[in-house]
Amino acid sequence: MSAISYRSGKEPHPKEHRVVFKNVDREGWDTSIATYESEGGYEQLKKAFGMEPSAITDEVKKAGLRGRGGAGFPAGVKWGFLPPNNEKPVYLICNADESEPGTFKDRYIIHQDPHQLIEGMAISCFATGAHLAYIYIREEFPEGAEILEKAIAEAHEKGYLGKDIQGSGFDLEIYVHRGAGAYICGEETGLIESLEGKRPYPRIKPPYFPAAMGLYLCPTIVNNVETLCHVKHILEVGGEKWSETGTPNNTGTRILCVSGDVQKPGYFEVEVGKVTMGELINDMCGGLKEGRELKAVIPGGSSAKVLRADEVFSVGKGDDARELTIWDIPMDFDTLAACGSMAGSGGVIVIDDSRSISWVLNNINNFYAHESCGQCTPCREGSLWMKKITDRVVAGKASPSDIDTLDGVARNIDGRTICAFGEAASWPTESFVEKFRDELVADTDPELEDDFLNAEAITAAANLG
Amino acid sequence: MSEEKPDLIDVQINGEWHSFPKGTRMIEACRQVGVEVPHYCYHPKLTSPGNCRMCLVEMGMPPRPRPGDDPPEPDEDGHLPISWIPRPAIACANTIAPNMGIRTESEMTEECRKGVMELLLANHPLDCPICDQAGECSLQEFSVEHGNGESRFREQKVKKPKNVDVGPRIRLDDERCIMCSRCIRFTDEIADDPVLGFTDRGSHTVLTVYPGKELANNYSLNTVDICPVGALTSNDFRFQMRVWFMKEVKTIDTNCATGANITVYSREDKIYRITPRQNNDVNSDWMPDSHRLNFHWIESEARLTEPLVKDGDQHRSASWQEALATTADKLAGLEGSEIAVIASARMTNEELLITNRFVKHLEAGHVDTVPRTGEADGYLISADRNPNTLGVKTVLGLDDPGSQLSAIQEGIEQGRIKAVISLQENLIEDAGFSADTLKKLDFLLVSYPLANPTADLADVVLPGAAWAEKSGTMLNITGRLQRLNKAVDGPGLTLEPWEIVRDLIQATGGGNGIYSVNDLFQQLAAEVSEFEGLTWGRIGDLGIPLIETGETIPLLEREKERIAKGLIVG
Amino acid sequence: MSFKVPTELEKEIDERVTHYPVSKRSAVLPVLHALQHHFGFIEEEAIEWTAAKLDLEPIKVLEVVTFYPGFRQSAPGKYHIRVCRTLSCAMAGSYELMEEICEKADIDRSGVTHHDPIAVSKDGKFSIEFAECLASCGTGPVCLVGDDFHEEVKNVEGLLKQYK
Repeated sequence: MSAISYRSGKEPHPKEHRVVFKNVDREGWDTSIATYESEGGYEQLKKAFGMEPSAITDEVKKAGLRGRGGAGFPAGVKWGFLPPNNEKPVYLICNADESEPGTFKDRYIIHQDPHQLIEGMAISCFATGAHLAYIYIREEFPEGAEILEKAIAEAHEKGYLGKDIQGSGFDLEIYVHRGAGAYICGEETGLIESLEGKRPYPRIKPPYFPAAMGLYLCPTIVNNVETLCHVKHILEVGGEKWSETGTPNNTGTRILCVSGDVQKPGYFEVEVGKVTMGELINDMCGGLKEGRELKAVIPGGSSAKVLRADEVFSVGKGDDARELTIWDIPMDFDTLAACGSMAGSGGVIVIDDSRSISWVLNNINNFYAHESCGQCTPCREGSLWMKKITDRVVAGKASPSDIDTLDGVARNIDGRTICAFGEAASWPTESFVEKFRDELVADTDPELEDDFLNAEAITAAANLG
Repeated sequence: MSEEKPDLIDVQINGEWHSFPKGTRMIEACRQVGVEVPHYCYHPKLTSPGNCRMCLVEMGMPPRPRPGDDPPEPDEDGHLPISWIPRPAIACANTIAPNMGIRTESEMTEECRKGVMELLLANHPLDCPICDQAGECSLQEFSVEHGNGESRFREQKVKKPKNVDVGPRIRLDDERCIMCSRCIRFTDEIADDPVLGFTDRGSHTVLTVYPGKELANNYSLNTVDICPVGALTSNDFRFQMRVWFMKEVKTIDTNCATGANITVYSREDKIYRITPRQNNDVNSDWMPDSHRLNFHWIESEARLTEPLVKDGDQHRSASWQEALATTADKLAGLEGSEIAVIASARMTNEELLITNRFVKHLEAGHVDTVPRTGEADGYLISADRNPNTLGVKTVLGLDDPGSQLSAIQEGIEQGRIKAVISLQENLIEDAGFSADTLKKLDFLLVSYPLANPTADLADVVLPGAAWAEKSGTMLNITGRLQRLNKAVDGPGLTLEPWEIVRDLIQATGGGNGIYSVNDLFQQLAAEVSEFEGLTWGRIGDLGIPLIETGETIPLLEREKERIAKGLIVG
Repeated sequence: MSFKVPTELEKEIDERVTHYPVSKRSAVLPVLHALQHHFGFIEEEAIEWTAAKLDLEPIKVLEVVTFYPGFRQSAPGKYHIRVCRTLSCAMAGSYELMEEICEKADIDRSGVTHHDPIAVSKDGKFSIEFAECLASCGTGPVCLVGDDFHEEVKNVEGLLKQYK
């Protein structure tokens, strides 16, 4: 087994501010509970038991911790949605499905610092009153699942899980649940259906908001791995102090994952908003490849809208209004949203001028066509349609009007589906067409304008059976 | 606004304010004020997955003031302004909220519908010319109203299984399927027979019956009814008749005492199809396959189409006049005590009323009907397989139908009973009479739709109409009075049973002024206390509760539970 | 071939089922994983066995099996390779990697379809398919061989040699 553990010589970049990733690639560190305890492991859990659960939630709210999975929703607010006077059991699920293309951060927490996650989960369970929790881990992390199960067993043995934890009277069981290769299980209600043993068809909201009607129709909190780890650190320093890292409304640190056309791809834990796109690409990743120029960046996982290298972004209002080039964008939730994209899962995909935009978009469309669960009409029919169009664009068998159709299909998906997959699938196409229309059209052939490929629609009628 | 009832909520639909009970789904609120919201997956009797997205509408709520801002001002009627939400909402699963706005005719709503239509048709085979669903297909219907008229889809369509045998009575065309999941939900939630499911995923998703299993439960054909497209079709009806050529008659099923409400589809007096008709007090939207398909005998070769009289050992055709005269002759010399009239719990109340007259006119000493029982199925089929046992009790006045049958046989055996008039019953096959017993009679009259062993022995055979060929009322197991409506004309010289009995009375010297089944109904209303004051019109298409029996219909009880839990609209 | 779940495996499965005290149905994925781990793929009997174990209708298990690419319904090679196809790995050369592995392991992918994504080498030693994002975008191209994860795969021969 080729373990994804310690990588020698992989020092954090000076611009990093490691909190959650403190022990990742750290010399002498291992996944055992002894090592974890030797540096104050599980002390925050013990501290939590001396607090009122609601006080922990208050700290998380004060910290302003925004979800690191993709949507950036404040975790404390999410916890606050648990119904008051609830009499049903509460469940907590750690979303370790890490499935947004471009994202590879939770992998390292799971493989190198599993107890950090378990402690974060245990504290979060105590805060929310959950006595049963699951880690929904993607099937493609077989080793990660084993590491987590071993860590859970160790934590049990040491009395950090199970009955009457550390004499607190609080009971908690955590189980690892492996997925089976479905992006849609990263969507929290799809994940819940999957955990219930069903096809992971996302649920309609309303009424199925997980905090009220989640797993087994009971109140359920679903948080990302990185988010849950932060809970431990928030407790350690207090919400207010924690919120001093990062920037206002974009507090704390987060892990940015850079892949694609840079010299040194990798993961970097930085204070949110304190590092710009330029610093990330040029300083931290060693810049673009030799002789190449930046063409585009997908800043928050493949579903985030693409940013063109030469765009000028107008952000801020009133006195705060300013113009930014792509290099100036601080990597935080609000600025990236203001630039028309999103911070998403922190997966930054860099695209240089050697790449064909049609090819890139087609690769993305392939992904979403493959991963659409097929439950609701727009995404089921539209994601494959978009893929088929870009297949033809790449093959030189499309006409210019196909690009309009492509855009039209995306806009028929966006905002009309059961879950956010609709946006995830349509935003790449919408933004690529908007920003790279000329390049896409250049790959088409006007002479193919009247080429009609689905004549079998008529002949199918002959199949009387 | 101030006097608004506490459980009513004001909602603006297409600019006009209406009030609806709290908890009403948006789609139902619209329907109640005559605004149809197109939909495929939504069905009020099933859970709402919200998957088809056809019912997307523009929705708005009062603006939420930011802290420090003034709250919005209500207008003179007390309604707040509406802030329209840029993301459309499904109308099927969302319930209304106070001061909500719904726009079903706005540009956004229309764009959504057009988009969904185009996407639904992208991989659809568009084989309407040979599709059985054509004419009653929601895809066609909504294409006309909300479609683009042309498709931008230029790709190869996804290939899926066609002409799949999913069960003994149903075929599946997966390429036509729009994955609304109605059939799956029906088999899971109503029929308790989860054999259907979706396999694969995305655009390749297919509706599948588990290999080696069949969709064979006795309610399977309901999936064909609720399939909004031509994916599931009935083997029995497939390719028999285009739906637009058929005449629809609302009537009731007569296969058991539940009296499921049905629609009979016919053309030129031939029945092609029967489907359940919604009645939430009887059969909801469903009916058993066994009942639905039990109509082909109506056009059987064995139908009696003219009166017959015995001539030596053989029957020969006779006119009604001759058959009636022969009957009168044979009965003339008999005492009432020597005559038994065996009527049927398949007869309507009107038929039973006139039969009662006939019994009295003949002073017949014996009268009974033939019970039919089976096992109740726990859904819609009741143990009583006669449709109008309660009518027999109420109108014919029999306390214990069937209790006299053995005494009548004994009477025949002992020669005390010399004549039997069997109205719409087959005594040998359905009442356990032996041919030897019946041969002892001086006179046997049988009216029945089909030739049968009892009729073979009869001195006079009269062709009686089948259930679909006659009108009247029946009382179901719960005491509900329902209308049976004639859907087709009977073949040849067939008469409705009430006409036969009327003519028998007349032929045997009685008189009456009965010219129509409505005359009989009016007499029922005048003479039978339970029917007092009723009119034909008041019964309506859905019937009315008339007698308290305390009986319930299991499927409806479970539906009520699901409604109470908010799982379905009902 | 009759389908028989060894006692040890069934014990392990029974233990897994206890992780879902609220609903046995939740154990569908873990049971299928255990069966696939042991048998290499999920055959029809495995679906029926799972359904019986968890008191489900078999269609409910089939629905799940066919949804997830992680479950195979036909026998893979002795070593099953999953090459990441998604953007960052594709940019790092995963299509080329796929081609090279197929060439060196003698795998013909020409018959691969949406419904049948796995190709097996002539000698049955290797099977291969594309997988979507394996969440290691910074070290592409990546692949899984069985449960082993390989990053920055450049030396295909060396990779294949590790598997005897």
